[in-house]
Amino acid sequence: MRFQLTADQRALRDGVRDVVARIFGREALWNAVDRGGGLDRGWWRELGAAGFFSLRLSEAEGGVGLGVPEAVLVFEEAGRALLPGPLVATHLAAGVVPGAATGEVVVTAVGGGGLVEWLEEADVVVGEVRGAVALRSVDPLTPLHRVPGADPSAGLDDLFVLLTAAEQLGTAVRACEAAVQHARTREQFGRPVGAFQAVKHLCAELLVRVEVARAAVYAAAVTVDPVDIAAARLLADEAAVRGARDCLQVHGGMGFTWEADVHLCLKRAWVRAERGGSITESEDLLARELLIEAG
Amino acid sequence: MDLSYTPAEEEFRARLREWLAKVLPSLPPKPSPDDWPGRRAYDLGWQRMLYDAGYADVHWDASPTTRLIFLEETEKAGAPYVGANFVGLLHAGPTIAAEGSAGQRARWLPPILRGEEIWCQGFSEPEAGSDLASLRTRARRDGDAYVVTGSKIWTSHAEVADWCELLVRTDAQAPKHRGISWLAMPMDAPGVTVRPLRTLAGSTEFAEVFLDEVRVPVANRVGEENDGWRVTMVTLSFERGTAFVGEVVACRRVLGEIAREARANGRWDDSGVRRRLGRLNAEFRALWRLTQWNVSEGEASGGVPGVGGSVFKLRYSRARQELYDVAAEVLGADALDLERGWVLDRLSSLSYTIAAGTSEIQRNIVGERILGLPKG
Ligand SMILES: Cc1cc2nc3c(=O)[nH]c(=O)nc-3n(C[C@H](O)[C@H](O)[C@H](O)COP(=O)(O)OP(=O)(O)OC[C@H]3O[C@@H](n4cnc5c(N)ncnc54)[C@H](O)[C@@H]3O)c2cc1C
Repeated sequence: MRFQLTADQRALRDGVRDVVARIFGREALWNAVDRGGGLDRGWWRELGAAGFFSLRLSEAEGGVGLGVPEAVLVFEEAGRALLPGPLVATHLAAGVVPGAATGEVVVTAVGGGGLVEWLEEADVVVGEVRGAVALRSVDPLTPLHRVPGADPSAGLDDLFVLLTAAEQLGTAVRACEAAVQHARTREQFGRPVGAFQAVKHLCAELLVRVEVARAAVYAAAVTVDPVDIAAARLLADEAAVRGARDCLQVHGGMGFTWEADVHLCLKRAWVRAERGGSITESEDLLARELLIEAG
Repeated sequence: MDLSYTPAEEEFRARLREWLAKVLPSLPPKPSPDDWPGRRAYDLGWQRMLYDAGYADVHWDASPTTRLIFLEETEKAGAPYVGANFVGLLHAGPTIAAEGSAGQRARWLPPILRGEEIWCQGFSEPEAGSDLASLRTRARRDGDAYVVTGSKIWTSHAEVADWCELLVRTDAQAPKHRGISWLAMPMDAPGVTVRPLRTLAGSTEFAEVFLDEVRVPVANRVGEENDGWRVTMVTLSFERGTAFVGEVVACRRVLGEIAREARANGRWDDSGVRRRLGRLNAEFRALWRLTQWNVSEGEASGGVPGVGGSVFKLRYSRARQELYDVAAEVLGADALDLERGWVLDRLSSLSYTIAAGTSEIQRNIVGERILGLPKG
């Protein structure tokens, strides 16, 4: 047992971090927000060229032949950058929907709560979307439709949930980094606010949630066990949603403005928490497992 | 990232499982919490059985992965907890193994492993808890001995301990972190008085220890004179880093028992209860994964666990309290009956956010030493 990133995995993560920072740094993030959505097909293809969608396809199929753990690391980076778009759906469609692997085609899918992201931008939709109604999405970078009467968790496969959790983990990391950065530099009463325990302790709890979620998400990536995945999504949702809120608190009034990135983290985390399917059902699955194990 | 085990490790697990199935039914009944001689005999007896079967050194000499397997299997099987052997096996022992001289290792380690000697931890004092480095117990050099005077408090298992890992001030003039030394003190030395303290659970889990001109040989000092704070950090890193890992498995076992109780008494039908049970399952699963992560990280960097133990302890201590709160919800009115299982455990769990450094102190450590935030 060596439950640590291998040298290759670390190199992959760093490489993806560089690519994502190049095509979707803070300026691009804000350009996208100011544009009011719209998917940039140029960098979607760049992601495709970097192997983002084809990662798990075999080399014969034009992929890189990597596994779920690597995909999780990549999606963590996407979550950290708040990369928009139906990334998970397109990744899962690679090898099934022609063009998805290379980023030529944008694929979306019906997710938890009967929500469909990026419906109007997508070339292909997985799932039944007849009668879908547009919502005024809370997240400026995730246009949403809702399919009336859809079963909230129907058809969600485990990988869809796991990769969503990986994105949540990445966003939780971003929130933690932003909080710590602000706490180190913002001064009040003649010292950095991070010197005050009330603030320091918020930051410490941010990290604790990140690290616990990370262990759960990475382990689920290795085992691909449905119960591990359910646990991972609960902890990753918590790390992202609570993390963004605490990060906002650490930023004070600044955190409540449109200009701070924090609200983008929180809103995306909310969207993804819904996308992962019913939280009650994940909890119930984990509860039932206790009885099965106990006999 | 790899969570699989080698054939040798799997074989170790299978052998251990088989052994546990054979010996556990033959164990004597657990003594009552206030029967100290009984508890000492029981805990040492279990350690002796482990020793005879070749499992005693698993905490120190085995690979970290083997240690994890050991903890996982013993806890799953409901084997006795380390109990009064806690300090010796899980932090004094590892500290001596890491910092002691060859002679000190030869003197103190084998009796711990054979289940012959029990250790306690004399760190805290009435005026020095979280601010441990402000401790005042004095040690004056007199020939080949230190003469120690002062008092310690909250000393777990002091009543049955043979040895105490004792922090003393050997230089009153030096800045507070610089004048401390780490001594091994025999508890039967003249001048040592133990006064048991009653915990809120009703038992005498810890004690006050008064030290009146106690002579401790200079040869019992681990590390250099006045370098005891560094040695203490080693001890605390074991205490926070690795000492609790087996308990995570135990908590999941208890959680399963609570679920079964809920099914038996009808509380299971309450979806709120089920959701809380499910969430705690996620929590303890994740804490176990974090343990595996930390152990693998430690294996890579070698030796003493890092401050990451504080991350684990913060979350674990809270989860353990929530575990018994759920148990109480499932038990309903029975949660007020001390005769019921889990009620005493619920009371004990209240200490987890205090002992071995409070959660507030752990958050300071995480904030300052991991995240690099300025000191307050
Ligand atoms: C069951 C149990 C067993 C124990 N066993 C042992 C043992 O075997 N050997 C031993 O040496 N000790 C032992 N202890 C002692 C334990 O380590 C101390 O209780 C603990 O470190 C806290 O110290 P204190 O009790 O003096 O509380 P204080 O330090 O007086 O703390 C009181 C409150 O103030 C808070 N506080 C203090 N300083 C700060 C700060 N800088 N920032 C924010 N908050 C702060 C604390 O978090 C706490 O909430 C045991 C304790 C318990 C409960």
